[in-house]
Amino acid sequence: MAIEIEDIEVLLLTEAVYQRWGYDFRDYAPTSLKRRIRRCDELEKLLSISSLQEKILRDSDCMQRFLDQVSVNVTSMFRDPGLYRAFRATVVPLLKEQPSLRIWHAGCASGEEVYSIAILLHEEDLLGRTRIYATDLDQAVLERAKEGIYGLGLMKGYTENYQAAGGKAAFSEYYHAGHGHVVMRKDLSKNIVWARHNLVTDASFNEFNLILCRNVLIYFNARLQERAHRLFYQSLAEGGVLVLGRQETMRLTPHESHYRTLDGREKIFQRMI
Amino acid sequence: MSLHLVVMGASLGALEALRVLLPGLLEDFSSALIIVLHRDKEESGNLLPLLDTNCVLPIGFPVDKEPILAGRVYIAPPNYHLLIEGDHFAYSMDEPEDNARPSINVLFDSAAETYGANVTGIVLTGMLQDGARGLAAIHRHGGAAVVQTPHDALAPSMPLAALEAVPSAQVLTLVEIGKFLAKMTH
Ligand SMILES: C[S@@+](CC[C@H](N)C(=O)[O-])C[C@H]1O[C@@H](n2cnc3c(N)ncnc32)[C@H](O)[C@@H]1O
Repeated sequence: MAIEIEDIEVLLLTEAVYQRWGYDFRDYAPTSLKRRIRRCDELEKLLSISSLQEKILRDSDCMQRFLDQVSVNVTSMFRDPGLYRAFRATVVPLLKEQPSLRIWHAGCASGEEVYSIAILLHEEDLLGRTRIYATDLDQAVLERAKEGIYGLGLMKGYTENYQAAGGKAAFSEYYHAGHGHVVMRKDLSKNIVWARHNLVTDASFNEFNLILCRNVLIYFNARLQERAHRLFYQSLAEGGVLVLGRQETMRLTPHESHYRTLDGREKIFQRMI
Repeated sequence: MSLHLVVMGASLGALEALRVLLPGLLEDFSSALIIVLHRDKEESGNLLPLLDTNCVLPIGFPVDKEPILAGRVYIAPPNYHLLIEGDHFAYSMDEPEDNARPSINVLFDSAAETYGANVTGIVLTGMLQDGARGLAAIHRHGGAAVVQTPHDALAPSMPLAALEAVPSAQVLTLVEIGKFLAKMTH
């Protein structure tokens, strides 16, 4: 019984959040959404999802904390080093044929992945002719991304990832170390535009040679995944490349036949028609 | 839900345990077997060839939203939580739980909530205590709880913690668990 009541509460809460604040979580994958809503409840020291709803409707700070919880901003630099190796081998040659490049990084969180790609493009002499549009629905993480300030303690792991990813320099060349934190080199972000964009409610805004959207679609249900895939398809130039997260797939989507697989393990696809 | 799930969690000693269990499963296995094993920081590619060699059932990492089918073995890949969501799998990149991602508790909780009595949870060898809370959830929702005999386990702490959480769980050695699974047929 208790579980059924919670399911109703989740429906009502997501509807309330949408009506009041315009954020649409109604078609997020329900199991992990429920887990994160429960965690939010715990952090707010509330006993039911209904009480959380009452608070969120009236309290914009509570809404921001809710957003932080449900949007899952976990990320890191050069996560899945194999992806970057595959990217160098299969995508870089395609990008080198283009006189100028537009890249859309959707769901970029606090920017670690964007800086990773920028570093790779820099090492391949491509960054100068590239414009990267890095977007997320959460303004708070975009602010952090723009600053490019990360914990010093993370750098050891990131350096290992960078090396495993086929990095060509010393990773420490790309940041300035301060007290307990590092600042990413400014020339890396010269051509990056940070902007809010919601994959659920916003439209296509340009045509791109490359779209990266990793570990965002796993949070969507099948219907919403379809919407996002339509958006990517509409936003990709013919011959353009789409990179998804490790567990994500074109399979089970209506656009599968429009792409060919460049790397099945690393989920790199090229739009053919 | 008419599908029956066996969810299994193991940590230290997992590969050795699976090498004993998986060859015992035959084509007529009528449940879906879903396994979380902790393999920190290891690239997923190293895991599958090890397991594939001695299992006649289709075995692999499910993709996001893949339907769950009986007669198959699914392994949770490293670095994501694997969840059961109705008739399919779902993933999340949420923070590790009890230092583990994938987390046995996360898988077990989600299986218990959707499949209730149609779940068997099995906690095998491992350090620390992942799986104990999830096994209790399975038990609470009417599912069956099985724990590897602690002294039969390479690392007894996960089985011990699971037994503390579910004292009425069936306690079986690895060989007995193999026979237990082999009886789950059409
Ligand atoms: C788990 S992070 C993934 C970050 C990074 N791409 C990676 O793989 O490391 C998911 C990100 O997607 C964003 N997100 C979730 N729903 C979104 C939506 N509807 N539109 C745009 N971004 C979204 C979240 O704010 C979060 O920053």
